[in-house]
Parts: sequence; C-alpha cells; structure tokens
Amino acid sequence: MSLLSVRDLSVKFAMRDQTVTALRNISFDLARGERLGIVGESGAGKSITGFALMNLLSRPGYIAGGKILFEDRDITGLEDEAMRDIRGNHMAMIFQDPMVTLNPVLTIGQQMLETLYAHRKLSKAEATQIAILKLREVYIPSPEERLDQYPHELSGGMRQRIIIAMALLLDPKLIIADEPTTALDVTIQADIMELLLELCHSNKVGLILITHDLGVVSQMTERTLVMYAGRIIEAGPTREIINDPQHPYTQGLINALPQQTPPGHRLKQIPGNMPPLTAIPPGCPFAPRCGFAVDHCRTTLPEVVSYGGVEVACHEVNRLHNAPAKEKSA
Amino acid sequence: MKDMPDTAPLLELRNLEKQFDLDRGFLETIKFKGGKIYREKRAVHAVNNVSLSANRGEALCVVGESGCGKSTVARLVAGLLTPTSGEVHYAGERIDNRSRHDMMPLRKKMQMIFQNPYASLNPRMTIQQALEEPVRFHNPSMNGSEVTDRVVEVMKSVGVDPSWSRRYPHEFSGGQRQRIAIARALTVDPEFVIADEPISALDVSIQAQVLNLMLEAKEERGLTYLFITHDLSVVQHFGTRVVVLYLGTVCEVAETDTLFSNPKHPYTKALLSAVPQLSDAKPDHIRLKGEIPTPINMPKGCPFHSRCSYSDARCLEEQPQPLHQPDGSVVACHAVEENRLDG
Amino acid sequence: MSSITTNQDPSRWEKIWQSNMAYSFRRNPVAMVSFAIFAIIVLAAVFAPVFAPFDPYDPNQIDIMNSEYPPVWVEGADPQFMFGTDDQGRDLWSTILYGTRLSLLIGLCAVALQAFLGITIGLTAGYVGGRVDNLLMRMADIQLSFSTLMVAIIFLAITQAVFGSQTFNRFAIYFLIAVIGIAEWPQYARTVRATVLAEKKKEYVDSARVLGFGPLRIMFRHILPNSLSPIFVISTVQVANAIISEASLSFLGLGMPPSQPSLGSLISSGFDYIFSGSWWITVIPGVILVVLVLVINLLGDWMRDVLNPKLYKG
Repeated sequence: MSLLSVRDLSVKFAMRDQTVTALRNISFDLARGERLGIVGESGAGKSITGFALMNLLSRPGYIAGGKILFEDRDITGLEDEAMRDIRGNHMAMIFQDPMVTLNPVLTIGQQMLETLYAHRKLSKAEATQIAILKLREVYIPSPEERLDQYPHELSGGMRQRIIIAMALLLDPKLIIADEPTTALDVTIQADIMELLLELCHSNKVGLILITHDLGVVSQMTERTLVMYAGRIIEAGPTREIINDPQHPYTQGLINALPQQTPPGHRLKQIPGNMPPLTAIPPGCPFAPRCGFAVDHCRTTLPEVVSYGGVEVACHEVNRLHNAPAKEKSA
Repeated sequence: MKDMPDTAPLLELRNLEKQFDLDRGFLETIKFKGGKIYREKRAVHAVNNVSLSANRGEALCVVGESGCGKSTVARLVAGLLTPTSGEVHYAGERIDNRSRHDMMPLRKKMQMIFQNPYASLNPRMTIQQALEEPVRFHNPSMNGSEVTDRVVEVMKSVGVDPSWSRRYPHEFSGGQRQRIAIARALTVDPEFVIADEPISALDVSIQAQVLNLMLEAKEERGLTYLFITHDLSVVQHFGTRVVVLYLGTVCEVAETDTLFSNPKHPYTKALLSAVPQLSDAKPDHIRLKGEIPTPINMPKGCPFHSRCSYSDARCLEEQPQPLHQPDGSVVACHAVEENRLDG
Repeated sequence: MSSITTNQDPSRWEKIWQSNMAYSFRRNPVAMVSFAIFAIIVLAAVFAPVFAPFDPYDPNQIDIMNSEYPPVWVEGADPQFMFGTDDQGRDLWSTILYGTRLSLLIGLCAVALQAFLGITIGLTAGYVGGRVDNLLMRMADIQLSFSTLMVAIIFLAITQAVFGSQTFNRFAIYFLIAVIGIAEWPQYARTVRATVLAEKKKEYVDSARVLGFGPLRIMFRHILPNSLSPIFVISTVQVANAIISEASLSFLGLGMPPSQPSLGSLISSGFDYIFSGSWWITVIPGVILVVLVLVINLLGDWMRDVLNPKLYKG
C-alpha cells in the first residue's frame, strides 16, 4: 500500500474571462518513507501541486478532476473538519520563507503548543515536553529558552529549523516541503538539507520536496518528477533522471547549468520562455522551444511512455535516444 | 583588451568602509540595561576595510552569503552610497567624493544591472521610453532618428524585439525584463558594468540565456564587470577573478581556477563544499558551527572565528591581514599564514 | 503576457476596456450606479444654464410674489416650478442646478490646490528625507492638529470683518477655495510621502540615479507616476470632504452669499422656513448634497479596492 497515490489530478483556476488549467492529469505514487522531488521552473505548477495535495487551494483555484488517495482514502472531497485532521496529524507542509511562516506576535512556544492543543488532548506540561523534544530533534540549542522567544529574535536558519520542528510535532507520515531552502544561504541550506534527510530516515516520514534546484533534488530524493507547463513530463529514479535524462526539456535544464560548460564558454541555453498557463500551445507544451520537435509534436499531446528506467512524455524519445551525441547537446 | 597599454586597474577600492547608523538622533542612543542608563551608538558594519582592484576586460566576481556586504560594495562603487571612509578610484581618478554634476561624464562609462527585473524598470514607462531616456539625457545633441537608431541597434544586440517597444514592463516575463534592463544599461555604451545578482531572480533555463547575453556583451563591447552573486557555479563559469567576502571583510581573492581547485581560507572551503552537486559522489560537506553573526558591533579578531574550527587564541584577538600566497591568491587567515590547516 | 506572441497592439481604448479597472467596474453594480448618478449630477451642474428654466442670478426673472411655492406633487403648487420656489421666489430647481455647480467647482478647485501643495511637499519630503522631511512633516502635524472647520471659521470670520461683507461676498468663492485647500494639504502630503518612501527603495529609482538623472527628473518623471494610485483614491475622499466643508461653512453664513447660493447656503436659507412648512427649500438641496457626497465616497471606496487593497483609508 502506498502512502500517497495521486491519479489524474487536474487543477483549474477560474479567471475572469476564461478557465485556466494549472495542472493537467498529474499521477504519481509515494511509498512510505520515500523521498520524492518535484522540479520545474516558476509557473510549471509544482507549488500548486503541493497546495492541491494539502487541499489548501484558495478560491479561483479548484480541483477539477482526479483523486488524491492518502493511505487508500480519497481526500479530494473531504469536509473541512476531516481535512484538518489529516493535515495536522498525517501531513505537514513547510514553506519557502521562514521569515513569514511564523507569526511574529506569538512566541515559538505559544505557536507550537497551539498546534498541539488543536489536535491532541494534552496538559500544558505534556505539550511543552513534546515541543522541547521536537526542538531538540532539529538540533536547536537550549530549546527551553527558545520557547519564550519571538521569531524575530532568531536567525533565518534557526527559524527554518523551528518550522521543521513544528511540522514534526504531530508525527506526520508525509511532509511536503515547498522550496524549504531557497531563502537560505548555501552553508545554512546544506545544514537544513542534512537535517531533513536525517529526520526522514529516522522517523520514516515521506517527503515531497518541491524545488527548482536540480542539485538539491539530486542530493535529497530517491525519485523525481519533472514538471513543465502544468504537466509531468518525466518521472523516474532521481539518479536516472540526472545522469541520463530522456525528455529534451530535462536535458536542456541540466545542460543549461553553468557546471556543464567549461568556464567562459557559451552556456547551452533553452531558447524562449515557458508558455503562460493562459496560452499553452496545442500538442506538446515544450514543442515551441524544442530542437527535436516535428510536426505531430505541435498538434498532438504526447502520451507517457516508459523508456529506459523512466516514464517520459515525448513523441520522439526513441529518435532522440539514438541521435548522435552532437545533435543531442545542440 | 590585451593590447591596452594602460595597465593601471580600471577600478580600485582602497580601505573602503561603510557603516549604517542604527541609532539616529540623540534619543535613540540612550539605552537602559541592568538598572543603568547609558549612551550607545550602534552601527551596522556592512563593509570593513575592503581593498580591491579590477583590471580592464576582467569579470571580477564578489561572492558571499546574505549580509556579507557584497551589495553594499556594488552600491558604493556605483555612487548610490557614500563610503564612511576609504576611497573609490576609477581609471586613476578618485570618484567617491564627486558631486552629481562631476560624476556625469562617468555615468556614461559605468552602468549597473540590478537583481530584480520586476522592480528595476519603471512600470509606467514603455520599453521605448525607458530605453530612449538615457540616450537623450546623455546626448542632448542627438536628434530623434539618431536616438531611435541607437536604441534599435542596442535592442537587436541583446535580443530585444524592436516590436516590443510600445509595451509596458508588466507584459514581459522576468527573463525578457532582465534583457530590457541590460539593454537600458548598454544604451549609453558603458565600459564598466556593475551587476548585482543579475540572474538570481530568474529560472534556470533563463539564467543561461542572460548569462550568455552578458558574456557576449563582454566580448563584443570589451566590458569590464563587477559581478555580485551568491551562486558559486555562476562564479566559476563567469568570473576571471573572485573575491570572497564574509561579514564585510575580504577573506580570499584569487583567480577563478585557483580558487576552485585550491581554496585556502576555511570559509571558502566550507562555502565550496556546501553547494549542492548533481553528481552521485556527495562531497564531504564541511559543517560550520553556528550561524553568521550580525555585523552590528563587530567582534575583535578574525570575523570568521566564531564559526571556524581552526580558530585559536590569536584569531580571537588579532584581525588577520590579507597576505599574498605563492600561487597569486590573497588570503586573510592566521591558520593559513601559520600553516595550521592540513592539506 | 499572452499577447506577446501576437504582433498587433490593441488600441488604447481596447486596452482601457480590458484593464483591471474597467473589468472590476463592469462587475461592480454599486460603482456603476454611483458613477451614473455622479455623471448625471456633474452634467446637470456643468450645463446648468441649458437645463435650468430660470436664471437665479438674474433679478429680472425673480418675482417675490412667487415665493414659497411647494413642489409640483404637493397641493397648491405652480406647475412652472418643478421643485417649488424658495423664500425669494427663485425657482428651486434652477437654483439647485447653479448651486451644485458652485459646490462642485469649489470642491474640485480646493482639492486641486490641496493636491498641488500636498504632492509637492510630500514628494520633496519623501525624496530628500532627513531634516527637510522632519521639518515638512512637523508642519503637516501642526496643520492637522487644527481642525479644518476651526481654521476656516476663524480665517473667514476675520476676512469678513476686515474686507466688509460686500467685498467678501464678491470674492467668497476664492476665499473658500483657498481656505479649504490650505487646511487639508497634509492629507496629500502624508499619503504621497509614504508612497514615495516605498517607491524610492525600488531598483528603478537606483537605476535612474546610476544613469545620472537629477532629483527633479527622478521625482516627477519616475516616482510621481508610480504614486498616482493612492493620490486618486485620496482625491475622491477629499472632494467629498471639501464639498461638505464648503456646505458647512456656507450653512454657518461664512460661505457663499444668498445671492449666489451654493448647496450649503441654500440649505441654510431654507432652514429659517422649515417650521413654517416650507420644508422643501432645505430638504431637496440637502438630499442632493447627501447623494452627491455618498456617490463620490462610494466611487472612492471602489477605487481604493481596485487600485490598492492594502491602502488604509486616511
């Protein structure tokens, strides 16, 4: 039994003169304790996926179809009450900016206890005990004192640790982390990444890591989904995807990194921009930027096919793979 | 620009310091602590005794984490801030104490590209207005068609479609806006460009486009860059020399190759090891204790001592001086000087 | 963004029609009704000489014998006076049209004066900062600590005493504009200053400075156009306030003379007759005043929601 199973999930936004499809037929599974990365550029729909999983989409956005099964229970149509229970006890979310996630007028302790009281019947002493335990788990020095501090008294890295501790308070089975390290400095980012990895191991927590940084995905996750214009265009084991990407977009994304080109030379850029959700072309959404696109790429949406070790949504994946190396890096 | 006979550095910073007062006015300096009232004036020491030079044709990269003063350095050079002490020299002339009027001839030579392409273009000006304004301002003798010609020429060279010219910035994506911002800086035909995190707000595939554009501009126009960034992989690709800043102080200056193959300062080593890599082999991430201290009331001694695993009594007391190394790099570290680091 | 690939630029009118503001206007019945009423009042006031059956300023058309006719739907009315007549025998409908014209004129001119002073001072204070900012903002605080009406009453009472009521009545409109304009400039100055402080931090201002542009160009060409939204919002509120201030002053006898009545002085002049049964002289202009101020405020509320949801009504 997988922990989370998403089937044909679609999300739409009712805009003023049209309905925009932000996510189209997203399907994936997450096993217990598995770490999954969702990569893509801004506007690809990766954050919307996170919000949809938590049932946190707000008004113009809504789930237009598909199912989200959490431990085989469909949670798409759940009442608020039931969803709150799942959100607190089973799933938790970590957001990008540690500066705004914590309420600035409440102490760390108040915020942690509030979460505990909302979901468990606990005495104050018990709740405080749990809070201290969790703070210790994320290596916060002298956790007893932190409980009485306000968020502004702590540094960015410390705040992100506290947010992780708060996510762990109710021992969730799944953590969805939306760009958890993007706002942090590299040395702090490395610490937080190590911490998240360790926690996932020791607590058997599943992790969905949403990020734009291929390096982070590569070090943190076992499996990866690559998203483009609201679709999953490639999915598979992280190592496969990083070392031998099949979709031209994934290839382009990896090749565009400065590390992939000798210093001072032109980077291998992907031409153009990702289409806005209001103007996704018919056929393959990547076709206008793709060097391999042929006529039917521009007219028909590619099906997901298995190729090598990965699932890929590309008509031309066979031709691509047999193409000479020179063409591939063009 | 190897054939330039002029070997003097294009830009030179001498013992540059910048402090921002936290307590302005008399009342704010009065503090109450432990039953005593006392006066204290706090200041953020953003840049401390920084000396640098950039030669013509170079891409000098300044790296460091947030709060290390790298943007302040860029703003001091651009004349957006005045240094508390120290001097900025450009092409042999001191520029930090000039009036706006005296700076005018330099404004054509020195331009700046900003981090956030969503804020660096005036939202109420069309692309055409935004690009023509600097040309008209600096070349009052040009007539309308000459201005248009110049603007169209620059637009073409940076890949801005001239048909965009009647649109407003909000109609464009981040990458397109950054292109427009670069075009605007290039309209006055500068020789020196300060780029303050020009690609960190952009998506990966767009970063490559903008970086390529900046490289092309460098080759075609013989530009010299002062490139501020926190992204080491960009530095490795783009920079000819690298300056590593920590708490407003220079830790290490080296040729890019030297720095990446043989980092010397413990902070540089930690920084390099922390970059998430694509490869399977995880490098041993050097864990730094603690977090970056605030640059208010700077500690005595080496600014890095609180997080450094090599620090000893001397590091607590005495600030290390930048010393030349055999391979040409400059490192400010007692441990390096005393050869206490292994490997 | 979707239109980038297409080469054709939409025309200016299409752009306006498709803009957010036009869209939210089309979706907001309150705004539409308010705007319609406001437009009718403004048109009626501007073209008062065309619409009004009589000229209330022309003594030849006034007959004291016609005084205090009730409106046509009340018994004993004269059908040529739709809303009846006032105590001097003027046609109330015509007088209201001319009065609205004066009220609007004074309101708009006073606000223009406020805006001119406030924007200049606010821009300077925000952009220059430091001591100049402190000085100007303390001036604004002092100005604000006197209520508008108090300042206006004292000023107008003194002027009336000094110049005599003959001269005062002739120039009453200018005095009113000046006093209302000067008393309320800090509202603008504060709003503009706050916006300028926020805009000044944005990189396009730095970019302009790096290009060597002077402070005047940066202030008026770059910062001011980006500070217009809150200025529009505050302007609507201020026009409504100015109209009320003018009405209050006129009601107190310090405003427009009875021979050239604004809405306020009309209400005031009718007030003496309200107990003798001639309620319409006060009530009808009163209703017009309330409706006018209400629709302006409703439009202002709508505009505030569209232009800047975060802005707090000052």
